[in-house]
Amino acid sequence: MRMELIQPFINAADAVFAESLQGPTKIIDVEMDENAYRRKGVAALISIKGDIEGRVILDISPEVAVKVASVLAGTPIEASEQVVRETVCELANMVIGNSVTLLNDQGFHFKVFPPEVHMNESGLAGSADTEALVICIETPCGDIFLNIAMRYLHRRRSERTAVPALD
Amino acid sequence: MKQFAALLRKDHQPVRYLVVDDSVFARKNLIKMIEMFGGELAGEAGDGLTAIAEFNRIKPDIVLMDITMPQMEGIEAVERIVRQHSDARIVMVSSVGYQENILAALQKGAKHFVQKPVKPEVLYEILRYVLSDDPNASGAPTALVGESRS
Repeated sequence: MRMELIQPFINAADAVFAESLQGPTKIIDVEMDENAYRRKGVAALISIKGDIEGRVILDISPEVAVKVASVLAGTPIEASEQVVRETVCELANMVIGNSVTLLNDQGFHFKVFPPEVHMNESGLAGSADTEALVICIETPCGDIFLNIAMRYLHRRRSERTAVPALD
Repeated sequence: MKQFAALLRKDHQPVRYLVVDDSVFARKNLIKMIEMFGGELAGEAGDGLTAIAEFNRIKPDIVLMDITMPQMEGIEAVERIVRQHSDARIVMVSSVGYQENILAALQKGAKHFVQKPVKPEVLYEILRYVLSDDPNASGAPTALVGESRS
């Protein structure tokens, strides 16, 4: 697990949750997970492919999602499946967008795929045999889980061009 | 809640906004800020194609445009709007804020960029700046500062 690839996601999540949920956040648990990801609530999975490759899962309970939705909208929101889906995707997009900005400005190039929402009881496809870091972040709306698995596929372009060609 | 002096047009009318984002929460959040700035919501759209149609219909003073959206992305919508309306004032609002993205949007005609989650004070300053090139406000500050609103 390369922490230099994980750290931008943790920093971005912390900043995004604190700003968008208007309150303090705290990382209350960090653990390595080598098994298929067991969802705790509704999960949005975002895949990344390019110089670095992997996936990030943002996972929250439907109750927390509705609280988050109300804060994001600035008005009480009634619970529904649509609200929960939208909220999980919006949070995931903000976290990934901010992390990707940090990584891209470090010279990594990659494509980010739209979030896939998982609400049913089946497992998360493609997450088996993947060593991942699972982080639980306490926010004013409740706990939010991030599951991050990321690895280098290629070196940064600047490093590739700096290496002299072999004769 | 922080108070902002109202941003008004030169004719002292509220600035009219078109808010474009596929997330209903992101739109609501921006609309809340627009109201804090004394503006008026002229229209909403959830994708680039609808944004173009809405722009042609309502001719807003300012467009707040997301980048990643279904059907047509924000940068393409900017290009198409600016091709028809060279004076369009479009501010990109996206969580993806790396330089290539920002440059692409500016090259297509966007006036500015703000990263999500949007801080009201940041958006306010950007709007003040963008409104300052209001062609209807020649010789005067474009974004007139009116009375404080909560």
